[in-house]
Order: sequence, then C-alpha cells, then structure tokens
Amino acid sequence: MNSCLLALAWVLASVGVEASGKATIRIGDKFPNLAEFGLEGDLPALAKGKLVIVDFWASWCGPCRGTFPLMESLHRRWGKQGLVIVAVNEDKSQVAETEFLKQHPVTFTVVRDPRKKLAAAVNVPILPCSYILDSNGKVLSIQSGERTMENRAVFVKRVEELLAQQSLSKQ
Amino acid sequence: MKTALSRIALLGFLVLAPGCVNVQPWDRDALAKDAMKPERDPVTLAVREHLWFSREAANGGRTVGGGGCGCN
Repeated sequence: MNSCLLALAWVLASVGVEASGKATIRIGDKFPNLAEFGLEGDLPALAKGKLVIVDFWASWCGPCRGTFPLMESLHRRWGKQGLVIVAVNEDKSQVAETEFLKQHPVTFTVVRDPRKKLAAAVNVPILPCSYILDSNGKVLSIQSGERTMENRAVFVKRVEELLAQQSLSKQ
Repeated sequence: MKTALSRIALLGFLVLAPGCVNVQPWDRDALAKDAMKPERDPVTLAVREHLWFSREAANGGRTVGGGGCGCN
C-alpha cells in the first residue's frame, strides 16, 4: 500500500514539474531582448515612440497564415507612423519558411528562431500569438489564436490606440 | 511470482508515466499534418455526421450534444 502511494506521488510530482514549466509572459511584463536569442535575420532598430508587434508564426499553422495579410495591412497603414512588426518564424526547416514567404511576400521584418529559444523564453501559449510592445520592451497587449472577424477588429483598434499613445509620448 | 510480476509492472509504470510531456505549441508541426487528422475527408465526415444524428435522433450527431428531438 505504501509503495503504491509512493509511486503515485512520484508520478504526480513528475507530471507537475512538466506541467508547471515556465511562466507565460503577461501584459506589463518586460519582453525578452530579441537580440539575445540568435535569431536568423536582421532585427529593426527600435527608437523611442515606436510600437512593436512581435508575432510568432509557422508555415504549418493554418491560423498563422490568416494573420499574415492582417499584419501586412497594418504595416502598410501605420509603418511610417512608427509601427514595427517582427514576425518570428518557428518552422523547423528554413525551406518551409522561404517557400511560404515566396507565396506570401510581406514588407515587414521576418526572422527565424531556429533553436526555439525565444519561443521557450516567452513560453508562447499558442500559435499564432502577437505581443504588442512599447520601445522599451514592455508588453502592452497580447492576442493569441485564430483571428476571427471580431477579434481582428479589436486587435486593429488596440494597435491604433496604442500607436496614438506612443506618438503622444514621443512629443 | 505474483509479487515479482506486480513489482515489475509497477517499475515499468514508474519509468514510463513521468515520460508524458506536453508538446509545446511551436513543436506541433508533425501534429498539424493532414495525415494526423482522425477524419481526413470532409465529405465522408459530413455523411457520417448526418447518418449519426438520423439514427440516434440527437441533434449535432457525434460531437455536439443536443436535446434529442431529432427535429432537423
């Protein structure tokens, strides 16, 4: 009986350690410095007053494909007003990423996280996942999962509001 | 003999059970492949769903619970 209880405790403890993992980044937290994770690709310079969207995606992820046109439209609309988009690719193969980008060319920055270090550090809860940051790296907003008509409109409105706030703080 | 077998079974359980892991979202590329879908043909799925709710008189068929009125 005792050995059974011991075995159960061992299994629960092991599963608990696995499940607890690392804390997920939340609104108000400092986002990890992108330059420290060996990302493949050039990162944009971040000046004061910029609003940054870090979007985690992969070519095999259906909802991520739906996010790309939205990001592209946001970048075209507000890129000159200080919106910076960094799409972080989580594909295992660079070929998959390249093929996808050939079919869906974009004007914003796309980098690759080859060893998944950034995704693990952020503990991305689901793909796609977009973190909106100020130029100091503070997380202002998070949107994850598929972009439906409703949450897409909410996301665009949020970006617009935060961009206006960032522009005011720059002045 | 019975005790030895149960001890071996317990040992196997202890070794294997902690091996259960959560697949991280960024590692789910293999799981996202079409071959991993339990039902790959949407037409077959629709037919099966229709047959299911017609037979069972349950709205929504296999996956969604209903009142059982069979009215659709």
